[in-house]
Amino acid sequence: MTLARRIIPCLDTDGERVVKGVQFFNLRDAGDPAALAARYNREGADELVVLDIAASRDHRPTFLETIRRVAAELAIPLTAGGGVANVDEGRAILRAGADKLTVNTAALRRPELLTELAAEFGSQAVVLAIDAKRVAEGWEAFVRGGRESSGRDAVDWATEGAQRGAGEILLTSMDRDGTRSGFDLPLTMTIASRVTVPLIASGGADSPSDFLDVFEKGHADAALAASIFHDAVQGLGELKCFLHSKGVPVRLSGEKLLS
Amino acid sequence: MNGSLKISLVEYGAGNLPSVERALARQSVQTERAATPESIAAARVLILPGVGHFGQLMRTLGARGLLAPIRQAIGDGVPLLGICLGLQALFASSAEAPEDKGLNVIAGTVDSLPITAKLPHMGWNQLRHVRPSALLEGIPANAYFYFAHSYAALDAGESAVAMCEHGVPFVAALERRNLFAVQFHPEKSGDAGARVLANFVAYTGAGSRG
Repeated sequence: MTLARRIIPCLDTDGERVVKGVQFFNLRDAGDPAALAARYNREGADELVVLDIAASRDHRPTFLETIRRVAAELAIPLTAGGGVANVDEGRAILRAGADKLTVNTAALRRPELLTELAAEFGSQAVVLAIDAKRVAEGWEAFVRGGRESSGRDAVDWATEGAQRGAGEILLTSMDRDGTRSGFDLPLTMTIASRVTVPLIASGGADSPSDFLDVFEKGHADAALAASIFHDAVQGLGELKCFLHSKGVPVRLSGEKLLS
Repeated sequence: MNGSLKISLVEYGAGNLPSVERALARQSVQTERAATPESIAAARVLILPGVGHFGQLMRTLGARGLLAPIRQAIGDGVPLLGICLGLQALFASSAEAPEDKGLNVIAGTVDSLPITAKLPHMGWNQLRHVRPSALLEGIPANAYFYFAHSYAALDAGESAVAMCEHGVPFVAALERRNLFAVQFHPEKSGDAGARVLANFVAYTGAGSRG
């Protein structure tokens, strides 16, 4: 009886459509979020993340509608976020159908936000997203969708965030994001050894062996990827069978239980 | 399946209520929300969903006058399914909020999972079936269910039908006559979770009053 390692497809959206880019920039359209959500739910995703990477106040209603449409397709947990800066905005995301919400920039600016969200919704609903970039000494947490340095050490921030009430860390390596050169194992491993909450590793996934590495060497609890799943470069079922064959505990689906 | 039977979901602000509604709608089961003592007293089948803090849940149910009608319904034989925090609420108390009392329809207390394990216990885990169960009928032994919690009941006596483990063994599902509860989220647990909900619906169709 072991907690399965999770495989999580991520939908980066402009609020309405799925977009993708390399190292956070050069975005292009990659489809309808609800259609992709339905596909991943069917193919055995363990969870789904939907992010509003533009996160401007103007189109927040559009993003909430996107969450509703995506949630309607899912029988698995949904995490959503992008620009959440207070408890009311968090509540709107959960009410729209998400089970958990992510916070990033606003929490770095005002770390008490994590405590407030955890007190209101429980730690299990609060995911701290950290966009980390390699600097001379270690990694730094970036804000505003990777456009601006916070000056904050990413490892220290992850530790503080968990203490303040985040129930999970979604760690994205900006250096690897969109490059398909494998997860950032030193970054993942460093943070996994420092926090006591589950860690989702993101950025750089390409082959099944990258996922094996991020679980076995990086000690991640979950691995997130976007483009390789959207483009069907990597099938979820095959990926899980590969991991299972290597002894990684994963949830294999496909067995029809409803008669 | 009983198409005319409506399931009443206790509404008190639980985040997972819409997910439970959607999961039941997929099985063509009709639901309504029950937010008042009268609507709970009139319910023929109840689901107590739950996400969040034990103390907050118990205080909210108390402030809305829902504790007595829920206890009454359970005593009267109305089928009730507690989900996640809705399982914990059935016990006498919880380490999460020692000053607040639970419904106390299942003897025992809810404890913190040990900090030697990563908390929250978040993700998909398997069950160890400990005795035959209507709720888990047809569920393969290796099926995975989605959990998201830091507190759990470590013992439910004869009522426990399945255990899970995260640092310590804890009650994953319990069953006593018309009373059912699961620590995992069936509404988020794919096909396996859908089967658990279908089993509950099947029980209520066979066993409800009238």
